[in-house]
Amino acid sequence: MMHIVVCVKAVPGSTEVRMDPVTHTIIRDGGAAVVNPFDATALEVALRIKDARANMGRPTRVSTLSMGIPATESLLRDCIARGADDALLLSDRAFAGADTLATSYALSCGMHALCDGTAPDLVLCGKMAVDGDTAQIGPELAGLLDMACATDVRSVEVPSPGGVVVRRATDQGIERVELPLPAVLTIAKDAVQPRMPSIAGVFAARDAEVRVLGAHGVGADSARIGLAGSPTQVVRSFVPEREAAGEDVLGDVAAQAARVRELMGGACA
Amino acid sequence: MSGLVIDAERCIGCKRCIRACAFGGIEVRDRLAHPTEACTLCGSCVDACPVGALAIERPEVTGNGAREDALGAEGLSAYRDIWVVAQRDAFGRVLPVTLELVAKARELACERGCDVVAVLAEGASEPVATPGLSSALQPAPTPADTLLAAGADAVLRCRDERLAAQDPEVMAAWLAALARERLPEVVLMGATALGREVAPRVAVRLQTGLTADCTELALDPATGLLQQTRPAFGGNLMATIECPAHRPQMATVRPGVFAGLAQQGASSAGSASAAGCNAREGMIEDVMLAFDIVPRVRVIEREKAAAGSSITQAKRLVVVGRGIGGKKNLALAERLAELLGAELGCTRPLVEAGWLDYAHQVGQTGASVAPEFLLSLGVSGAIQHVAGIGGAQTIIAVNDDPAAPIFGVAQYRVVADCVAFACELVRQLGRKGWGRPRSGGRVQAQDRQAGLAPAGRASLTLAAGRL
Repeated sequence: MMHIVVCVKAVPGSTEVRMDPVTHTIIRDGGAAVVNPFDATALEVALRIKDARANMGRPTRVSTLSMGIPATESLLRDCIARGADDALLLSDRAFAGADTLATSYALSCGMHALCDGTAPDLVLCGKMAVDGDTAQIGPELAGLLDMACATDVRSVEVPSPGGVVVRRATDQGIERVELPLPAVLTIAKDAVQPRMPSIAGVFAARDAEVRVLGAHGVGADSARIGLAGSPTQVVRSFVPEREAAGEDVLGDVAAQAARVRELMGGACA
Repeated sequence: MSGLVIDAERCIGCKRCIRACAFGGIEVRDRLAHPTEACTLCGSCVDACPVGALAIERPEVTGNGAREDALGAEGLSAYRDIWVVAQRDAFGRVLPVTLELVAKARELACERGCDVVAVLAEGASEPVATPGLSSALQPAPTPADTLLAAGADAVLRCRDERLAAQDPEVMAAWLAALARERLPEVVLMGATALGREVAPRVAVRLQTGLTADCTELALDPATGLLQQTRPAFGGNLMATIECPAHRPQMATVRPGVFAGLAQQGASSAGSASAAGCNAREGMIEDVMLAFDIVPRVRVIEREKAAAGSSITQAKRLVVVGRGIGGKKNLALAERLAELLGAELGCTRPLVEAGWLDYAHQVGQTGASVAPEFLLSLGVSGAIQHVAGIGGAQTIIAVNDDPAAPIFGVAQYRVVADCVAFACELVRQLGRKGWGRPRSGGRVQAQDRQAGLAPAGRASLTLAAGRL
């Protein structure tokens, strides 16, 4: 049976951040946590592979894996309602404060726990998370798991045990490439439209077990997780100051166009 | 004990920390802050606290330097110099972002008192400069010459056919092996698609920290640590990040943010470098890729890039949003872009509507752009879009809604109907004979299209003959 693991991150429902004009402190109005939209797309890609293989009479197991606070369990349950077979949540105070290196290490430990010590055939991640925007977890996981990797994947052909063919974006444009399995793919958000949970799925998810494991449970080295395992530290965070002192281009449309022409012409000469 | 520590003596229970937290990770009970299990130790509350009652206590971090060299604190001082990993386009030319990074590294190196080393991968069959010929007779400056001229003190070059295809895994294995041997203090790379795949793989191999997509680099005056500032939350929040105990300190940097610096460097170094190419020959050191490695990813085909797909490299960009009204007005925008010598980009809804190809999409889920001039037509300025235009030097926004968020990031605000404005600008540019020289046939066809464009807006109809 082909085993696909989809890595999922809970992110704040909104990425709006404002500066309190009086106190100059940051106001984040996160709202309820949601599955990172890129990861939701990655799950959809996995489910389509599962559907396509099922039509060929080949079974596929789709697991979701997340590291987060205990409340993330409800998001993993939602993934099961959409069609994932099982879920593992890594939740432990010891994981908190992790940067990408510590996070990818913890996820790689979770991957071994999900697969009983073996490796999955395919690991799908969102291209990036909308809160962190680093796009590093996928390639770092590939490095830790010693797997082939393709980033910014736009479409995936149905994989065979031998390999998977994908279209991915590079600096030079779109490439069609083949990767041997096991492989890590990071999925662009526009690849496919995520499905809604089915009624049967919601019922199945209600009774499904979301496994929750801590650092000991997945056999993680305590020096490589959380704050202790994170080489990078945030020393300051701030709301960027937008240049509000812009110039209003006034007058009728002819005068406005003339001014813009002057602006852009000046740079040309 | 590590984690979020709250000083009960100082905490005044003002709840500002609650508002600063995106994760519900802190609460106030009995006028005293308490962390909840949702705390991710991100530190936002620490910055928000007006009385300094919050702190994140970190465990003693050994760092990879100490582990590898068993030198303790001296382990870190064994690392020196700033490396810039050179990236090249399909024709082998050094990418602008690499030259921008060399210029920035030059500035940092002067402050730090170290060298800038460019690390360059080449195919085995690439042409080499012919020794003995004067630089004027050399066919073209080699990538190594270009890097030296841009301000690098030395170039580490590896000529190996296995590196020619720029496979991220092979590149990462080579770079990690080289860094282990030479111990650079800082490694910088452009945050291109390649850079953002190679750099994480190097960081994992070296077990060090990596900051993605930085928009500012500086040195901590006290510690000499690299301060890496990057946007998060779609550009709504900036974070300054340090990597105190691990080496090298690694960062990828968004293209375009140091463009001005690179230009200054190029103009001052220009004359010197033209004469100095051969004189600096000795600064190029050839290194080996001394182990067996084969790329696992096999390229089957490269799809032909759609026209106008080079928006990330464009010096001038016209970006259209839903405000242009209908697909028929795209020809007008294309015509305007052509007259301005600009590429055409768009917002996500236009791609979703199928009006333009994904290659034109600007924003968080599309391309990040860094043009000198960005003319934004009928774009509201959703956060996800604004996240992709942060590198633009000058933004001119045209929108009929004075409250459109795009005006918050524009240096020039034009409150006008963007179609009327575009028609007028096209008319003025056409009349003055300004812009790129036109070639007969193609433009006539374009004019006919443009003439059809604003149908239904009689007053705006472009008469092809007058252009």
